[in-house]
Amino acid sequence: MIRPLNWLALGLLLIIGSVSAAVDTFEFSSEQERDRFYAIGAELRCPKCQNQNIADSDAPIASDLRKEVYRLLEDGQSDEEIVDYMVARYGEFVRYKPALNRETLVLWFGPLFFLLAGVLAIVVMVRRRQKVAASAPAAELSPQEQQRLDDLLNKKSQDD
Amino acid sequence: MRRALLILPLLIFLVLAGFFLSSLMSKEAGVTELELPSPLLDKPFPSFELPSVLDEQTRITQADLKGPALVNIWATWCVACRVEHPVLNRLAAEGVVIYGVNYKDNSADAIKWLKDFHNPYQLNISDVDGRLGLDLGVYGAPETYLIDAQGHIRYKFIGVIDDRVWDTNLAARYQALIEEAQ
Repeated sequence: MIRPLNWLALGLLLIIGSVSAAVDTFEFSSEQERDRFYAIGAELRCPKCQNQNIADSDAPIASDLRKEVYRLLEDGQSDEEIVDYMVARYGEFVRYKPALNRETLVLWFGPLFFLLAGVLAIVVMVRRRQKVAASAPAAELSPQEQQRLDDLLNKKSQDD
Repeated sequence: MRRALLILPLLIFLVLAGFFLSSLMSKEAGVTELELPSPLLDKPFPSFELPSVLDEQTRITQADLKGPALVNIWATWCVACRVEHPVLNRLAAEGVVIYGVNYKDNSADAIKWLKDFHNPYQLNISDVDGRLGLDLGVYGAPETYLIDAQGHIRYKFIGVIDDRVWDTNLAARYQALIEEAQ
């Protein structure tokens, strides 16, 4: 009976432990400063863990980068300067929102291109179908065919 | 025309499959699973002034790193560095110039490590707070940078240097830098 409770307690401890690990204690000079800190932290990818931003990651490097962001913020640097500072060291990779340049053109506009291509394909298909429908002779059955259809329908209703 | 359209999805699939397969294979052949291109390539080694691990009075700066050389980021807390260490010892014995950056470590542990496991480093920079590591874009240990005769970073290797990595990757790059310097 006590066992499951123990496990639950242990689980809770682990969860709380892992959450608190990602929280550093920073003193911000203003509420606005704090918001900027979290906004930048959310936009920078942790180089070690790759699919977490540095605000969410427990990796030591993420903690170092958070400290660095804090230092630069306190230093009076702009958001852009701080992100550029990180990019100069860790590469474009640290940006969750990649800069628009020649290397990222496909990344930015690739989906749009595919969307347009899809729309174009649908338009072409619909047009073609309309054309086929318009040029096709009106669906009329020859007398023999009509007779055969009637027979079949009659047979069907008799079977029911 | 119709035929061509019908096999188009197959073609797209094959192109995509080929792309993914080649990325997978290149990862397999590559040495680490997460090798990010460093933005510091072909740029000068970041400037710094830090104490030597073995003698705190001695200050080391970027001007002291004379390439071509390896700059190896290591720490006593780094298990993989222990695996790498014997290889570095062998390379140093063969005349490869290796500088060490003791990254976020304490010097007492580092000195003991160098005594116990032999010291392959011509200089050992004590980067206790990880400042230099940050300027280098280090995000773990071990990492190894190749610098040329001008002190520019020419290559970054992430992970453990073992015999295979040296033979298939780093040796040729190091040799090329030496030939370039002559």
